[in-house]
Amino acid sequence: MQTVTETVVYNRAGQRVVSPDYLLFEAPRTKHFMTGSEAVKEAVKRSSVDASVSYPITPQSEAAHLIGELWVEGYVGVYFRGESEFGVMSELAGCAMAGARAITTTSGPGTLRAMENFPMWAGTRIPVQLVLMARGVNSPLSIQPDNLEVSFLLDTGCMIWYAENAQDLFDMIIAGFVVAEQPDVHVPVITAVDGFFVSHTREAVMLPPDDIALPPYNPYKAPMPVIDAEVPPGRFLRDPFVMKSNYISYATHASWQWEVRSAIERSRPYAKHYLRGLTEEFGDPTAELLFVACGTAAAQSKEAVRLLEEEGIKARVLKLKTIRPFPVEELRQAVKGAKYIFVPEFNVVGWLEREVRRYLYGVCDAEVIGAPRVAGGMTMPPEFIVKEVMKLTGKEVKHVL
Amino acid sequence: MATLGPSGFSPYPVAVYEGLLNPPPGYALMFNEIVEEEQAMREAAKAMLTRANPTIFPGPQVLYAWNEEAKEKAKLVKKMAQVLGAKIIPMYDYRPKYPKINPAVEINPNHPNLTIWHNRIKACIFVGVHCHYANVALKIIRAETDCFTIAMCGMAGHEDAMITLRDQHVEEMEKFIRVAEEVKKELGL
Repeated sequence: MQTVTETVVYNRAGQRVVSPDYLLFEAPRTKHFMTGSEAVKEAVKRSSVDASVSYPITPQSEAAHLIGELWVEGYVGVYFRGESEFGVMSELAGCAMAGARAITTTSGPGTLRAMENFPMWAGTRIPVQLVLMARGVNSPLSIQPDNLEVSFLLDTGCMIWYAENAQDLFDMIIAGFVVAEQPDVHVPVITAVDGFFVSHTREAVMLPPDDIALPPYNPYKAPMPVIDAEVPPGRFLRDPFVMKSNYISYATHASWQWEVRSAIERSRPYAKHYLRGLTEEFGDPTAELLFVACGTAAAQSKEAVRLLEEEGIKARVLKLKTIRPFPVEELRQAVKGAKYIFVPEFNVVGWLEREVRRYLYGVCDAEVIGAPRVAGGMTMPPEFIVKEVMKLTGKEVKHVL
Repeated sequence: MATLGPSGFSPYPVAVYEGLLNPPPGYALMFNEIVEEEQAMREAAKAMLTRANPTIFPGPQVLYAWNEEAKEKAKLVKKMAQVLGAKIIPMYDYRPKYPKINPAVEINPNHPNLTIWHNRIKACIFVGVHCHYANVALKIIRAETDCFTIAMCGMAGHEDAMITLRDQHVEEMEKFIRVAEEVKKELGL
């Protein structure tokens, strides 16, 4: 008779360590009713997080506070408040360079205050995670939902994923660590979500048990040596990254920048697996009317598709789960057969419309329409999207706001 | 030097922008083709045995005694050099050097072309170099030299090398040495 021995590993919080695939796809799930901020807490709880640094700013303050509760409960190794968002992102980098799995949250102006750090994160190849609860930026001051700040982050060298709802956010935070920590990827991941619409509203979220968690981060698989400031050879392998501008040749800088962007491209197969695709399609696949959207705009577009159906108009939605890497092939495939492509957005500049136009240039004849577009805290009711479509078709609007 | 495509405006070609990604586990990448590991090992050995001034560039992961595997790999690097008749020039740290390195005795990821030019190296193996620095160096080498680059990586590989061998640990390095001995015999060297 053969005896099978299974080694069970536990993390610092006493949770059983399971594979990412088991945690994300196989573990039984139960339904809970919670806000997006609470979903952040639940995801961090199952991610064997070593460090988190916080700073208050609406609307992410609750999520940051809840991660602090996890520290009290023993699920997070280190937790403290930074001096400002700049301090937070710098301190988080220090944690990651020392080999910690690290996460933080911020919103709107906090993102801009911390801005110098994001390309630094990417250039130092640290797989930290930022949960960005988008709120818009100054000036004028707004604490309302608006995702303008995402446009500032597009070329920082970080991966950018966009969650539609609390369920997406829960799954993306866990998957974010797994993908970001792949040795050939190893760049930061920014998990964006629309503030208030997702952070402050309750919805059903399916959660795996909380006594299981991701395997701890292994910094020895990192593409750069982990800094140990005390002990050689780590001590003398790697100088502070930003201190060598006078010695770094143009060649190094160019190659280094390309390498960071190459790392984002290498994340595609991993992200496809752990997010079950970089995009999601909804609606009639034969429809000539296509909405390309992310986050709450994707959720509202799905509702608009239902309303349009009642008007006798076939429509569909391509929801983008990742913005960096941008799902180029998925977009080009989805626009086949489309005549009109609407890009609804929660910002004044239309950064997603720009992205869509960039990747469809010369490969698609469909008309790209950057509408509807709302900002500064305005909502985007599905009827508003329908009205925009009706303007194009010249039909009478049945659903009135 | 790349002149076309998304990486065309950079002085450096970038393999992923030319559609290349690292090979899946169990396979190797040879230029732009995914091939069996043994086939890639044979071609790598052939390049090292037939091109001028073949050189192995061992990095910190095999130069310092971090762990038992590092010590074992270091011995294998030495044996590999003997079989391939290759020189060993270490990449012992990653810091940019001022005013410049001594290219006769070291290689640095920030200007690896200097060492390759100085020693007229036409084939090389990267082993034990942390992935980021290997990638930075391999892009520069590909752009600035005619050196045939082989990456022997303990992780997922380096698509900017001409031959990428991934998940290379003690067992795989021993296999490479066996393959190199066979190829050497076949070539009558």
